[in-house]
Amino acid sequence: MLGVVRKKMLGQSLLKIRPAVSVLRSYSSSAKHMTVRDALNSALDEEMSADQKVFLMGEEVGEYQGAYKISKGLLEKYGPERVLDTPITEAGFAGIAVGAAYHGLKPVVEFMTFNFSMQAIDHIINSAAKSNYMSAGQMSVPIVFRGPNGAAAGVGAQHSQCYAAWYASCPGLKVLTPYSSEDARGLLKAAIRDPDPVVFLENELLYGESFSVSDEVLDSSFCLPIGKAKIERVGRDVTITAFSKMVGHALKAAEILEKDGIDAEVINLRSIRPLDRSTINASVRKTNRLITAEEGFPQHGVGAEICASVVEESFAYLDAPVERIAGADVPMPYAANLERLAVPQVEDIVRAAKRACYRSVPLAAAA
Amino acid sequence: MGRMGFSPKHACLTDEKDPNRQKITNLTSCLLVSCQLNLHCEVRPPFSSKFPLPFFPSLPIGTKATKMSTAFSAANFSTQSFPLNHTSTTSHDSPLVFAKPTSQFLRSTRKLRLSSSSKLNLNRRSGTVVAVSDVVKQKKSKSTPTLLITKEEGLELYEDMVLGRAFEDMCAQMYYRGKMFGFVHLYNGQEAVSTGFIKLLKQQDSVVSTYRDHVHALSKGVPARAVMSELFGKTTGCCRGQGGSMHMFSREHNLLGGFAFIGEGIPVATGAAFTSKYKREVLKEADCDHVTLAFFGDGTCNNGQFFECLNMAALWKLPIVFVVENNLWAIGMSHLRSTSDPQIYKKGPAFGMPGIHVDGMDVLKVREVAKEAIGRARRGEGPTLVECETYRFRGHSLADPDELRDPAEKAHYAARDPITALKKYLTENNLASDAELKAIDKKIDEVVEDAVEFADESPVPPRSQLLENVFADPKGFGIGPDGRYRCEDPKFTEGTAHV
Repeated sequence: MLGVVRKKMLGQSLLKIRPAVSVLRSYSSSAKHMTVRDALNSALDEEMSADQKVFLMGEEVGEYQGAYKISKGLLEKYGPERVLDTPITEAGFAGIAVGAAYHGLKPVVEFMTFNFSMQAIDHIINSAAKSNYMSAGQMSVPIVFRGPNGAAAGVGAQHSQCYAAWYASCPGLKVLTPYSSEDARGLLKAAIRDPDPVVFLENELLYGESFSVSDEVLDSSFCLPIGKAKIERVGRDVTITAFSKMVGHALKAAEILEKDGIDAEVINLRSIRPLDRSTINASVRKTNRLITAEEGFPQHGVGAEICASVVEESFAYLDAPVERIAGADVPMPYAANLERLAVPQVEDIVRAAKRACYRSVPLAAAA
Repeated sequence: MGRMGFSPKHACLTDEKDPNRQKITNLTSCLLVSCQLNLHCEVRPPFSSKFPLPFFPSLPIGTKATKMSTAFSAANFSTQSFPLNHTSTTSHDSPLVFAKPTSQFLRSTRKLRLSSSSKLNLNRRSGTVVAVSDVVKQKKSKSTPTLLITKEEGLELYEDMVLGRAFEDMCAQMYYRGKMFGFVHLYNGQEAVSTGFIKLLKQQDSVVSTYRDHVHALSKGVPARAVMSELFGKTTGCCRGQGGSMHMFSREHNLLGGFAFIGEGIPVATGAAFTSKYKREVLKEADCDHVTLAFFGDGTCNNGQFFECLNMAALWKLPIVFVVENNLWAIGMSHLRSTSDPQIYKKGPAFGMPGIHVDGMDVLKVREVAKEAIGRARRGEGPTLVECETYRFRGHSLADPDELRDPAEKAHYAARDPITALKKYLTENNLASDAELKAIDKKIDEVVEDAVEFADESPVPPRSQLLENVFADPKGFGIGPDGRYRCEDPKFTEGTAHV
């Protein structure tokens, strides 16, 4: 718990200072810090230098240094044969990457946002995810589709959807959602090394956030296992599951709840498919209450799946109905105040936790 | 319905009654519409010495400066009646009167005419369009004709086409007996395209196809037994019964599918071609010259992915040949009703690659064009778009009642059956005797029967196969309630698919 508090304070002070140098390793404090952006950049860099078959393909990844500067410096280092600027043809280049993967190359396809992946979804699902099965193991597809997912700030309905639930429902895909820099580095490396298609959902608002990283994380062979969730904060009273940006919100909510005497356990899912049901259920069996937090649309969302899983496996342990916190069931509005209402806030998680602990009058979900 | 009009006998097939249907009277059998300047000059070197006349661009003299526009005008031109099968060697229509190669080229002020004897200009000096059939006809008139194929090649082509036909006919039988199920799309009539192209490939070259992929698989070398078992859904199939009719894959033979979605295979093929280039440039396998062929239909040529890939393939000069099997029908949608400009080969130059139209019912013509296109790709000169005019004798799939197509059209193409054509060529040129060809027919019948028996006797997949191969790394099934990865549990595959 103390670790969380410390991380938060450092994070805040770093945000104020925010050096322009791309890799933050120059602090003299004992803990090193790294933004998610640098974490992703360094992971890509290391994997590309370790294996010549890895190449990056997407719009603006080369000369523009990446639409969100994730691929900064890679074109200079690896050349245009390995960092390919594509025309605006998501279906085309996603399919080209799949074809290359059939022949053993390891493409990393960047979608400028995952909203644009809808133009390529045929290839992600039909020619990437299903191929190993249809060919009975002959064509494995070691491809990574990555890019920012979910709401940014004021970008409107067509740029704000969260695709975790859509991709996670498809067999044959692995879906990863990093939160911190450690997650970003470890999971991206794992994804690139993985022989299966991986959908790697980042978050634009997290790119600039800085987290402390240990030396182990900075090592070039660091890798996180796919399918294991991380318990960010151990607690006793209520379990809050979250992924990506919502982990940050959940941690803040946990601190607020702390003051009200509710000790929340926060689980960073890290992997939506495969979902770490074992960790979630073990946690629920300990705390007996569950809140699921996500940014996407509520119906058929990740929270729905977690709720079903818990009801199937740990029904007897539940002391309260499972609360789902999700984005509003509306296309994302533009106006800033409406956008705030459409995306879950820390207060929503706090209220839900209190409801689960029977500390407040039940309200219909305000968001 | 277009395409006709090159013989007076068939003039009735052009639709005089419906003026709205565009009369595509004729696409010349080999027309290269090229926007590459150098092709005008360098037409000779790449061609084999068998052909004194190059059969690429038919651009009139003086077109070098305005290559694009004349490429189009030449294309317009090429819609003049140009008989496709007029030679006795490769066609089966009654001999027609037409264009002698020495006539003058006239510009695009000429109107389209249907069964006219108007001549397509073949201006030899600046590079001409010559139908292969034309050259062959010329060759025939000499005293010692040089043939397009040797005896061994001829027999190989014949055997491959007969295998395709016999196999597909057997599929139809098996389907109606209930041994095969789901969607089955047969390739009868189009064998010349598959054989003409795929028999020129090496094992490391890749082929990507659509749902009409049985014959592509067979031509590429996948054993008939494996394909038949796959269709029956048995575990001995090439994809262990998990793919089915529409999803044939073979790592060994580099058959990259089998895709049900129209246009889905084209980017995958482009990616395979990209890999060949990547291996050469980045992985430093200097002799990697693998070529990829993408087969798809006329309906696909209206799909966005097709254009996206034409662009990227030409942009990055990928070693790929886009082969359009234009059989004029997309299920029940006629090509002419769905396409603003039905001449598909013209779409090539719009993206910076040559576009060729060839008679897809004639395996020798297809083979000649394929040699050049594949050669181009292997040499690193980039992609080619080849439109093969072909026809499927059966419906779109075995579930299609095939009511919309004109019986006269079907009869017309049935008369141009590629297998009969090749047989005629082989016997008339004394490359093979009737007895030898009959022996091949018999042998293929036995192969197909054997394949059916093998498939019948093969076991269905065991229950445990349901959960196999979803991931290359089965840890993707995640962690079970006991905290260990599910795939490590030996009883994992005994359950249902619900995890």
